[in-house]
Order: sequence, then C-alpha cells, then structure tokens
Amino acid sequence: MSDSFALTPENKARADSHIARYPEGRQASAVLAVLDIAQRQNGGWLSPAAVEHVADMLDMAQIRIYEIISFYEMLHAEPVGEHMVRVCTTTPCMLRGSTDILDACKGELGVEVGGTTDDGKFTLTEFECLGACVNAPIVWIDDDYYEDLDPEKTVAILKAFRAGERPEPGSQIGRQGSEPVGEWTALTEFAAPGGAGEGA
Amino acid sequence: MGLADTDRIFTNLYGQNDWRLAGARRRGDWDGTRELLARGRDTLVQEVKDSGLRGRGGAGFPTGLKWSFMPKESDGRPSYLVINADESEPGTCKDRDIIRNDPHKLVEGALLSGFAMGAHTAFIYIRGEFFREAERLEAAVEEAREAGLIGSDACGSGWDFDIVVHRGAGAYICGEETGLLESLEGKKGMPRIKPPFPANTGLYGCPTTINNVETIAVVPTVLRRGASWFAGFGRENNTGTKVFCISGHVNNPCNVEEEMGIPLRELIEKHAGGVRGGWDNLKAVIPGGSSVPLIPKDLCDTAIMDFDGLRDLKSGLGTAAVIVMDRSTDVVAAIARLSKFYMHESCGQCTPCREGTGWMWRVMERLVRGDAEVEEIDMLLAVSYEIEGHTICAHGDASAWPIQGLMRHFRDEVESRIVARKAGREAAA
Repeated sequence: MSDSFALTPENKARADSHIARYPEGRQASAVLAVLDIAQRQNGGWLSPAAVEHVADMLDMAQIRIYEIISFYEMLHAEPVGEHMVRVCTTTPCMLRGSTDILDACKGELGVEVGGTTDDGKFTLTEFECLGACVNAPIVWIDDDYYEDLDPEKTVAILKAFRAGERPEPGSQIGRQGSEPVGEWTALTEFAAPGGAGEGA
Repeated sequence: MGLADTDRIFTNLYGQNDWRLAGARRRGDWDGTRELLARGRDTLVQEVKDSGLRGRGGAGFPTGLKWSFMPKESDGRPSYLVINADESEPGTCKDRDIIRNDPHKLVEGALLSGFAMGAHTAFIYIRGEFFREAERLEAAVEEAREAGLIGSDACGSGWDFDIVVHRGAGAYICGEETGLLESLEGKKGMPRIKPPFPANTGLYGCPTTINNVETIAVVPTVLRRGASWFAGFGRENNTGTKVFCISGHVNNPCNVEEEMGIPLRELIEKHAGGVRGGWDNLKAVIPGGSSVPLIPKDLCDTAIMDFDGLRDLKSGLGTAAVIVMDRSTDVVAAIARLSKFYMHESCGQCTPCREGTGWMWRVMERLVRGDAEVEEIDMLLAVSYEIEGHTICAHGDASAWPIQGLMRHFRDEVESRIVARKAGREAAA
C-alpha cells in the first residue's frame, strides 16, 4: 500500500494539458483523464493517497472521486494485476463462443472472474459489450482488443503475456478490421490506394 | 442491385487505406470546406433537413430539426456541439470503424455541423475502452489543427472552431445524452430530467446539441453531394445510406454501408455470407442493437431495414446492429444475458430501473432453466410494463423491450421449458 502519491512531473504536465482543454472553473471535467493518468502511474489502481492528490488537484471533494471510481468500470480502488484481462461476454460475443473463451482464461490463469493470479501478473474480469461485435469473441488486455478468438488462440496470447511479450492485437484470423472474411462484398473499388474511387 | 461503391460515404471503412489527412484528402474529405461554410448557417441546416437525415445513434430524431433548436443569437452563453462516441449498445461497432479508419470525416463533420448550430467548440466523448481509437482521433484532430482546417479561422472561413477529445471510463449509461453531459462535467453519468432540454441548458448550462458519430460524419458528404443525392436512397422519412453491423450466427460477420431500406435477408446473404447453416436455419434476429425487441424468422423473411419498416414489426432500427441467432441458439439465455447487461449498467438513479432490472434478470435466469411457474411469465411482463416509461431515461425501456419481444414471439418455448422441467421432476418422483 502506497501511503504517499504525487504525479511525476511528466504526468503532471499531461494532466495539466487535459485540464486546460475545458473552460475556466470546469477543471472537474478532466477528472476521468487525470484519474487514468494517476492510475497508470500507480500500478493500475487508485490508492487513498492517489485519490487525495487528484481531489486536491481538481479542487474536488474526495467523496466525489470515490463515487466516480465506483461508478466507472475502468477505475479501481483496490490493487489489480499487472495485466487486466477482460473478456466480453455480452450476447453478441456469447453467440460466438465467449463462454469457452472465459473458461479458457480461467483454466490458463487458474483464477475465477474477479481474481488475480498469485504472481500478481493477471486480473481476470468479465466485461460488458466492448463494441467490436463483428469481430467477436473479444478479449481486452491492457489497452488493446484481441479479436476473432478461439480458446486455443486465447491461451496462446495469455502465455505470451506471461512470458513478457505483447502479442500483436486485433484480429487473430488475419482480418484488417470489420470486413468480411474472404471476398469483399463492398468497397472493392477502394481496396487499394489510388483505386478507381480514390480521389473521384 | 445494392449500393454502388461510388455512393458509399465511408470509403475507408475497413481501414484498407491511409486514415491520415493525406489519405482522407485523396478520398475527397476537406475539399472545398471553406465554400461550404460560406453558404451560411441557415443554408446548411436547411440542406441537412432536406436530406432527411435522421440521427444514427438509435433514436432516429431528424438531425436538421434538432440543430434548428439551437439559439440563433447567443445570450452570452457559448453553444456546444457534443459528439457521442460512447458506442456501447450491444451489437454495435460502426462508430469505432469511422473513428479509426475515416476520422477526418468526423473532424470535418464536426466543423460543418458546429458552424451550422453556432458552436465554436465540439467535445467528442469516446468510450474509454476505445483507447487506440481515441489515440487515432486525437492524431486526426491535431493534423487538422496543424493544417489550419480547425482552430482559429478554420479553413480560412473566419469561424473559430476547436475539438476536444474526451475519453470515458467504462459506463454504458454515458451513451445516454444527458448522462454523457454529466460525465463530461466530471460527475457520475446519471441522466438528467428533461426539460430543460440540452438545446437550452446542456453542457455547463449552455445550449448544446448531442449527435452520434455517424450522423456527424456523413454531414460533409451530404453537403457536398447535395440533399437530393442523400434523399435519393431509401424510402420517404427513412433516407440515406447506413452502416450496418452484422454479428452473431452468420458465416462472415462484418460491417457494411448499405442503402436504408435494404431487406434484412438481402443484407445478411449478400454481405455476411448468409446465416450459418442457411436461411432456414435462422431462429431470430435482433435488428437494431440489444435494446430493440427481437423478430422471429418468419418476420425476418420480409423485414425492411429502416426506421418505419422495423417499427411496423414492433421492433426498431436502433443503431442498425443486426444480431443473428440460428436455430441452435438458446434464445431465452440470449435475452437473459441482455437482462444481466441492463442490470449491470443501470445507473441506479430511478427505483424501477435499479430494482426492476435485477428482478427481471433473476426471473429470466430461472426461465432459462424452466425453474418457474407459468404464471410468472405474465408477472414478468407486468413488471416490465411498470419499468417502461417510468424512469428518467430510456434505460428502463431498453431493459423491458428485449423481454417483451421474447415473450411476444417465443412464449411457447419458455412455457414448454417450465412444463418439461415439472414433468421431469414428477417422473423422477
């Protein structure tokens, strides 16, 4: 437990640049941005000292900060693992096999939902719709989406993270984005730079 | 025949080409923006009205009309444009593509729309999970600023305009427009009572219009190619093109921009490789994101994908997120999972929603197992009607509709599950 917290000069500057985006006296608008910066600096969670620091910085009551932390899913008032593994299990992912993905994560990490591995490397959570449904199922690890997964690929990704690697995010079956697998049914004229439609 | 590539607005939807300013310019973005601005505020609003554009975030409110609610003259308060990029409606993943692959359409649209409603500042509220997408959007905004396209004297028009990208932190309810404003002000995202409406008292108590990403991003093309071009697609009151997201039990899930009013079956078979196992293997479709009631296969056969066509089927176009379920689907479990979603995402402000969503989910979980009395179905429906229309925002309605749709079309299946479990219990005894 850290009992003191202050943003590094670099992070302080970043926080100030966020505050400056909003009108005079509306510095509270930057609270999510500043909490994100503080949380990243503090190893993924907001300690009481970090909350106090942010509250002072934004001239907000600490209780307002705690309310916000408990309201927003991405903010944590308790320590978490080094990597956050969030499995989307809402219906569009469920239809594409997210239950098996979640089971694979539980098996590989040896924890239940909400649990952190003994080595402190991973925290496993279920997450509501991540908004990448045509690339389901999806797991969100740290800042990146891993898409078009199956249980084997999911396990391989977790093993890579455990080995200190950062596997290439995005589609795991070679899709660029949300286009259909195989032949395109739209935008064929725009498939290459300078194609028929480009600049038309 | 379907929409021609040359009539598609989002020509880099799949990210196959350069998303940066140079690539965007090659696709026609930022071409003659200054001249568009020179047409004047009223002309731009009228053009958008004439195009028939309706909001692409789910509710389908006429965009030009919404803009016209903004004050013509400032009373000293600034006006704001707020762009809703909190895309979180289950099934929906279109705004993500616009932001990551065609961000300059959104940036240019923000300028033109902001100018049309008298705003010098736009805030783009993007869900926190879209970290990489927010990075890209910030980069596009910065490119536009450096090129003088936005900032002071944007595009040499004499209009000062800036854009602030604001990341959320994981809360579905912040996609509700007044919940979004609360969050933007640094509070919990609890929706506000209306009136006052945002056009009068919105962000920081100032006149504010909130529009969806896709709505704003189509504006430059609508203005450039003209209202009649856009209105030439789709049916009356349902005009234009639309990005559809096709997920679930199809062979090739994908996003695609199509003409409004495309038949559901054509959309799925042409672009998503058809239903897994063929059309006759279809059980049901949620045609507009999780909040709209599902429709069973027999209605899917002839469903038309636009606002009025789906309203006539007691469903809705919503965000045009098409969630396909084949005959292997446990449709009760699929809807029960949505009930869990609405419970989890209720902000807790209104009692019917806070208590009701959890109550409905618990009953739904028992219905999945058949562990209930048949009479409880009517009780569940009665509670859903007590929640619907009795909350500050539409979250209560959205939690009720999927259950009502399930019972409208699959009540037999729910009942037979209860009967079968009872029979099994008796046989065992």
